[in-house]
Amino acid sequence: MMHRKVVLRVVSKFLIPPILLFALYVQFHGDFGPGGGFQAGVIFGAAFILYAILFGVETAKKVLPPWVTRLLLVVGVLTYGLCGVAGLLLGGNYLDYNVLAHDPLHGQHYGILIVEAGVGITVAAAMITIFNVFAGQTGED
Amino acid sequence: MLIMGVMAIAIARIRDLFAVSMLSGIFSLTAAAAYVVLDAVDVAFTEAAVGAGISTVLMLGTLALTTRQEKVTGGKSKGTAAFFVVAVTGAVLIYGTFDMPRYGDPIAPIHHHVAPRYLEKSFGEVGMPNVVTSVLASYRSFDTLGEVFVIFTAATGVLAILGRVGRRRREDEEADETKTARTEDASPDKETAS
Repeated sequence: MMHRKVVLRVVSKFLIPPILLFALYVQFHGDFGPGGGFQAGVIFGAAFILYAILFGVETAKKVLPPWVTRLLLVVGVLTYGLCGVAGLLLGGNYLDYNVLAHDPLHGQHYGILIVEAGVGITVAAAMITIFNVFAGQTGED
Repeated sequence: MLIMGVMAIAIARIRDLFAVSMLSGIFSLTAAAAYVVLDAVDVAFTEAAVGAGISTVLMLGTLALTTRQEKVTGGKSKGTAAFFVVAVTGAVLIYGTFDMPRYGDPIAPIHHHVAPRYLEKSFGEVGMPNVVTSVLASYRSFDTLGEVFVIFTAATGVLAILGRVGRRRREDEEADETKTARTEDASPDKETAS
């Protein structure tokens, strides 16, 4: 297993860091260009899935254990939800970002950044979890 | 569009499910190209990543679990009935599109409800150059929260259905490991040898 598909392994080793970087770019540049949390999360998850396909699910699980992805899944949803609660506590409506900072524009900026981070974390964790569960079923190979 | 039509017919005809999942990936990629042509870059981005990337991988994963060949069921009469239903539904849907305004029509209702307000004021209110992001994350924040919950529910659902089998297997493995560990304890010479 380790000696097969050498070209794929070497090329993907070069490709995975740019893919992760591109995911982060899409995540944080979503305010200015196309992209955002959903796309970034999927790209981030795809990098891990590529790694898992080529080096085996068990190796990928060593890099990112299942409990971490499950925790991240919850953390992402809670980030989004608690961002809304923070708006409530600071005297606005639920998911009202204007009150998060003194300047409403800055508040909107922070709010969108936090919310998009929550979306990205959830999507990436969900994709990796679903793939791990599906691919972990075979077990025999 | 022609490629998409060819792909759809091929997906319906081919019995080899591996080829079908590959073709559906190509279908998603052409759909993404169509979205780019329609200037919906964000949607194209998502379609290329989710439709062509992740779902193809998930389909291959499912194929690895099940079988590669589609089971041939139902006689010819069933096929004709299904074809009839699909043809009638498709005809009704196409008839429905005749009532839609032409693409890029400036007097279409969709351009007069909230879209102009978003386009004119979102930079002043939200301060984002990308209007799609400000609509998605700020104006329609509750919708996006719902979408996040949908994804969360999907992952938990998959875990609840499939994760349990994996856990049982892992428990078996752990039991095996403890068994082997016990045998190793019984023969300490082996440990020094390795």
